Amino acid sequence: MTQQTALYQQHVNCNAKLVDFHGWEMPIHYGSQLDEHHQVRNDAGMFDVSHMTIVDVKGEQAKAYLQVLLANDVAKLKVTGKALYSGMLNEQGGVIDDLIVYFFADDDYRVVVNSATREKDLNWMLKVAEPFAVELTEQADLAMIAVQGPNAKAKAQTVFSAEQQAAVADMKPFFGVQAGDLFIATTGYTGEAGYEIIVPAAQAGDLWQALLDAEVKPAGLGARDTLRLEAGMNLYGQDMDETVSPLAANMGWTICWENPQRAFVGRAVLEKQRAEGTDKLVGLVMTEKGVLRAGQAVRLAEDQAPVGVITSGTFSPTLGHAIAMARVPAEAGETVQVEMRKKWVTVKRVKPVFVRNGKAV
Amino acid sequence: MSSIPAELKYTSSHEWVRKEEDGSYTIGITEHAQELLGDMVFVELPEVGEEVNASDDVAVAESVKAASDVYSPLTGEIMAVNEDLEDSPELVNSDAFGDGWLFRIMPTDLAELDDLLDADGYQEVIDDE
Repeated sequence: MTQQTALYQQHVNCNAKLVDFHGWEMPIHYGSQLDEHHQVRNDAGMFDVSHMTIVDVKGEQAKAYLQVLLANDVAKLKVTGKALYSGMLNEQGGVIDDLIVYFFADDDYRVVVNSATREKDLNWMLKVAEPFAVELTEQADLAMIAVQGPNAKAKAQTVFSAEQQAAVADMKPFFGVQAGDLFIATTGYTGEAGYEIIVPAAQAGDLWQALLDAEVKPAGLGARDTLRLEAGMNLYGQDMDETVSPLAANMGWTICWENPQRAFVGRAVLEKQRAEGTDKLVGLVMTEKGVLRAGQAVRLAEDQAPVGVITSGTFSPTLGHAIAMARVPAEAGETVQVEMRKKWVTVKRVKPVFVRNGKAV
Repeated sequence: MSSIPAELKYTSSHEWVRKEEDGSYTIGITEHAQELLGDMVFVELPEVGEEVNASDDVAVAESVKAASDVYSPLTGEIMAVNEDLEDSPELVNSDAFGDGWLFRIMPTDLAELDDLLDADGYQEVIDDE
C-alpha cells in the first residue's frame, strides 16, 4: 500500500503522472519533465518533498551525539539556523544516508533524511543515541515544498507574511528559520537559489495553491533528478550506499578530520582508506548522440577490463547532451570509455558538477 | 486513455503501421509508447536504402528516462526516414501518429501484414500490461 503526501490532491489537480517512489505515490512529472526542468533553471518551480523524513534532535547531549553520529562536525555550526550537509556512516565507513542538519542551539537540532531510507536511518539514529542524553522526535505531520529557480525567492516571498518576509530578508545560503507556521530554509537540490519550506500538513495545500497563484509551476521527481545531477549532487542509493566509502562518492569535503579526539562512526576505517586511496566519483560528458545511464560499465582505455561504473546518468536538458557521474579508479585519465548498448564509446572526464545557477560549469 | 486510431495496424512492441498510396508503409511508435517513455531526446533512425527484416531492431527512441529499441514490423527496404526528428525528437511526444513518424518501408512480403494487430488487438495488449 503506497502512502500519499498531504499534497496528493494538488498533484491530481495539476494533472500529475504519479508513480510509486519507495512506497510513496509521487509525481514523476505534470506533462513534460523537460519543460519542468527548464522552468526551474529559468524561472521558478516547486517540488513536493513531503516524503522526506524530519527528525528533531533535542537534549543536553544533542551536540555530542551528532558529533559521533555524523562524519561532518556540527561544532562548525555556531550561528542559529545554520545548516550542514553530512554523511551518516556505519562502522565499516559505508554511507547509511546523506542528510542536512540545522542548528538552533547546542541542545536543539533538526535533521532531514531521505524517505527511501527512513526506517533504517531511524533505527540507526536511535541505536547510536543509546548512551546519550538526547531525544529524537520524528515530525510526521509536516509537509515540505521546495521552491527553486532564479525567481523562486522573489515569488515565494509574495506568499509569506510580513513576519516571514522579515525573517528571510537577509538569510544567506544554507540557513533555516522558523517564522510563524513555516520553517523556511535556503537549501535545495537543484543548483539554483530558492527555499525549502516545511509546513504543517494541514496547511500544505493552501501554501501550494498560493505558490501556484504566484506563478511558481509544479515540477516532478523526473526534473528533480536531472536538475540535481546537472548540479553534481549525489542521490542516495545510486551514487553511494552502505557499501561505498564517502571518499569514493565525492563526499570527502563533508568529512571533518580536525579534532582527532572526535570518534565519529566509521572514522577508523576512513582514515585507513584515506591513507591507502580509494576510487573516485568523477563527472562524464558525452556530446555525441545517446544518453549515459546508471549501471553502464566504464574502462580506462581501449581493450582494458571494465573497472568502473556509471552511478547516475542522464540527458542534460540545460546542456543538450549526456552527463553522468561514475565511480572509477583514481588514476583515470582525461577520457574513459563507457559501454553503451554493446559498444564502447570514449567520453570526457570532468569534475562532477555540470550546471550551477543556470550556467554551464 | 491513449488514442488508438482504427485505420492503423500495430505490433505488440508498440509500433504503428500505416499504408501509403505508393504501396509503402509508414512506421512510428504509438501514443501509448511515447507516454511510457516520456520526453524524447534522441531518435536514431535506419539508413535510407537499408534492407531490413521483420523484427529487426532498426531504430532507437531515447527519452530522458530510457532507450527503447524500435523493431521493423515488415521485411523490405527503407524508403525514407523522418529527418525532422534530428532536431525535434519531441515530435514523437507531441504527434506520435503524425509528424512523429520514424521511417517508411517498401515491403517485400505482404503476408507479414497478417501478423499485425488491429486497433482492438492492440488495445488488448495494453490492457494486459
